[in-house]
Amino acid sequence: MSFLLIKGGRLIDPLQAVDGLYDIVVEKGRVKDVLKAGMLAGNDLKNKGKVIDAEGLWVIPGMIDMHCHLREPGEEYKETIKTGTTAAVAGGYTSLAAMANTIPVNDNASVTDFILNKASVEGAANVLPVGTVTRGMKGESLVDMGELKDAGVVAFSDDGRAVMNSEIMRRALEYSKAFDLPIISHCEDTNLSGAGVIHEGYVSAVTGLKGMPSESETVMIGRDIALAELTGGRLHIAHVSTAYGVELIREAKARGVNVTAEVTPHHLTLTDDAVRGFDTAAKVNPPLRGEKDREALINGLEDGTIDVIATDHAPHSLVEKDVEFDAASSGMIGLETSLSLCLSLLFKKRINLSALIEKLTKNPARILGLERGALKKGFKADIAIIDPNAEWVVDTSKLYSKSANTPFRGWKMRGRVVKTIVNGKVVYG
Amino acid sequence: MIDNAIKRKDLLGMDDLTVDEIEAVLETAEKLKEVSQRDIKKVPTLRGKTIINLFFEPSTRTRTSFELAAKRMSADAINISASASSVVKGETLIDTAMNLEAMNPDAVVIRHPSPGAPHIISRLLKSSVVNAGDGAHEHPTQALLDLMTVKEKKKRLSGLQVVIVGDITHSRVARSNIIGFKKSGAKVRVVGAPTLIPYGIENMGVQVSYDLKESIKDADVIMMLRIQRERQEGALLPSLREYSIRYGLDMEKLEDAPKDVIILHPGPLNRGVEISPEVADSPYSLILNQVSNGLAVRMAIFYHLLGGKE
Amino acid sequence: MKERKYVILNERDVKRTITRLSHEIIEKNKGTDGIILLGIPTRGRFLAKRVRDCIMEIEGVKVPTGAIDATLYRDDISRKDEQPPLKEMDIPENIDDKKIILFDDVLFTGRTIRAAMDVIMDFGRPMFIQLAVLVDRGHRELPIKADFIGKNLPTSLKEEVKVSLKECDGKDEVVIRETF
Repeated sequence: MSFLLIKGGRLIDPLQAVDGLYDIVVEKGRVKDVLKAGMLAGNDLKNKGKVIDAEGLWVIPGMIDMHCHLREPGEEYKETIKTGTTAAVAGGYTSLAAMANTIPVNDNASVTDFILNKASVEGAANVLPVGTVTRGMKGESLVDMGELKDAGVVAFSDDGRAVMNSEIMRRALEYSKAFDLPIISHCEDTNLSGAGVIHEGYVSAVTGLKGMPSESETVMIGRDIALAELTGGRLHIAHVSTAYGVELIREAKARGVNVTAEVTPHHLTLTDDAVRGFDTAAKVNPPLRGEKDREALINGLEDGTIDVIATDHAPHSLVEKDVEFDAASSGMIGLETSLSLCLSLLFKKRINLSALIEKLTKNPARILGLERGALKKGFKADIAIIDPNAEWVVDTSKLYSKSANTPFRGWKMRGRVVKTIVNGKVVYG
Repeated sequence: MIDNAIKRKDLLGMDDLTVDEIEAVLETAEKLKEVSQRDIKKVPTLRGKTIINLFFEPSTRTRTSFELAAKRMSADAINISASASSVVKGETLIDTAMNLEAMNPDAVVIRHPSPGAPHIISRLLKSSVVNAGDGAHEHPTQALLDLMTVKEKKKRLSGLQVVIVGDITHSRVARSNIIGFKKSGAKVRVVGAPTLIPYGIENMGVQVSYDLKESIKDADVIMMLRIQRERQEGALLPSLREYSIRYGLDMEKLEDAPKDVIILHPGPLNRGVEISPEVADSPYSLILNQVSNGLAVRMAIFYHLLGGKE
Repeated sequence: MKERKYVILNERDVKRTITRLSHEIIEKNKGTDGIILLGIPTRGRFLAKRVRDCIMEIEGVKVPTGAIDATLYRDDISRKDEQPPLKEMDIPENIDDKKIILFDDVLFTGRTIRAAMDVIMDFGRPMFIQLAVLVDRGHRELPIKADFIGKNLPTSLKEEVKVSLKECDGKDEVVIRETF
């Protein structure tokens, strides 16, 4: 077995509070050593391993996306475990929490087994299945959480659909305590959001597209926080999109409620202005909100209210997207554009580097209970090497995802992954 | 001197039109009204042109108006009624558009329940696309005919107080008229039950009122919108009876309005709901002028859009 | 680019010419019975009005006068990049069995006259149509000939004939311009 040496890069590892020039030695799929640059006794590794020159580049723990849709099983025409994980590593992600709304939904061990088996054979990145909260994602009765945990799920979520029944949500938060796994909640009061397709505000008033009020999210965040407080269960709020939602989470954390939250790169970047030309690629749920919301999300990220940036990578084909706006499915792909969009917040000085990287590595690892997300001696060697100055243009024909539904097509980006390493193996670059 | 050119392929919404373009259309429409008063109600201008009316929503009057407008300009008009539900499975809007394109029409007039549907089609077609109503978004020819009707009567648009009454949230007529009247320098107020007025509408530069009687005291123009009977579902309205009492225009409420006020309604009327029969048939009402001006406006749109192509 | 300009008719010439045309029209039609004057906007319309006033002075009769816009009947309508603005249309009375005198400022290719005759035919069946022009500059592309001509003016295609009338141009004048 040979070594892999990553030499001379700027290592940013929030878990160990490290930011400086380091050499990293990888052996047998794990981090063997992290040494100050130049400390390595030169000839030790020569001829025995591969050296990656990372001078002028940033080295970070492989990013962990705790919210994406790989579409397999069931909708392989949109994405597969193979194409989704390939897109992931091209975007610097080494682990993915795959949402449960596949066909069939992941509400029992056999589906979880299928995903894990498929991932172990074809996956370029680590795939971490998420189980549903309720059987058939119908919101009526709890899944066998113990069986799913044993099969390997890392969280429970009916994402894509809200658990409207408050009693069911209460019991889910309660019962899951036994397994110390989080409930990831898609917060949407579907009576309030109704037939809405975009954010309710000026753009919906002008376009005549039906709006979903911010309150369809915030009332459910409020409910779920109350239930987490009641039960002591672990609540993780998926894709927060509203200013008031951020405020509710901030207050809950101050009170000591066991709640964490994530935000997507697109909600940090775009507002509902993006749908004015009826671009279905910009149709997502929760919808792109107003500028005040976007500001509040960035502030929430900065002050730690929001723990994680997660892509909500949601591939759709032309069948779902090349139709009228009303009829189009919600969701956009995000794995390959996430890092650049996140870095733009850094370049605009809205967040510091270490705080940004922790939202992509350390924090999702902590919430999902993974021994990853850091380049610590003995940890699995999941690594992304980034050229922070590389400029590129989003060309959907060159993306690895099977789908092309992104409103960022044609955007000029700065910062790009040059190499991705999963479990000690170079899988990209 | 008006720059008389409409420098675009499509008419998708009032939002796209410049003030000069609006005036050019109105001026042309005024001239074209004369054609419909002749014994031989036809000019050869658009001979050999093909216009397809693609309607995904039932509509008699708008479709007829477009069809007649095409025929009076000597274009060949074909009507296609399609079901919007077919987009869920089977032929998509885009398939339909590509099929039409293969027939090489010069213009496609489209009505569709989904906002933005004409915009999707226009990106695919070489021919001109005319929006005849897309969901609650826009209905530009309706706004143009309303502007024409008001201008004919009031001799100006600038400075007028226009009051639009009814279900603003679900009305493409309201949206296109707000944009059209604002661009022409008029003041616009929207009036209705709070559940039927969208948040953010103030940013379009309109005043909002929930009191009909109060809001028409200084009105030069009152535009009554059709109320859909289904609005009662989904808690938007308690009952049509209550709506009619609060927001229906009758002679008693009209007493407080200026004596030279004019009343418009895009039709079809719900007599006794949003407008009383006495008001609808009163001298204030220009509802039938709207219909004849609609024809002239649509002829003008065809005239402007279908020139300039070989 | 250089320009050469000659005045063909000055204000007095224009006035005399209109008087002569008026006399010719009355003479040829043996009076004013059944005559309707229709001018093609913009300048043909003003010519028609002036001839009407002149006939009023000579005969004491006010001849019905109107305007006929041929834009919608043009044969080049779909070849233009932008649609020309529509002009005034005013047919003062039923034209069936009437004697129509059509007015234009300059007779050139004859295409406008062709279009104007088609407009007239859509309004009824006149007894006949006669054509009166201030200037005939030649270069006909259709078999059309004027009945009353103010001035025959042989031109080359490089030249431009410009008629000015007080009503719209502030002065009465016919000039020929050549650019080279």
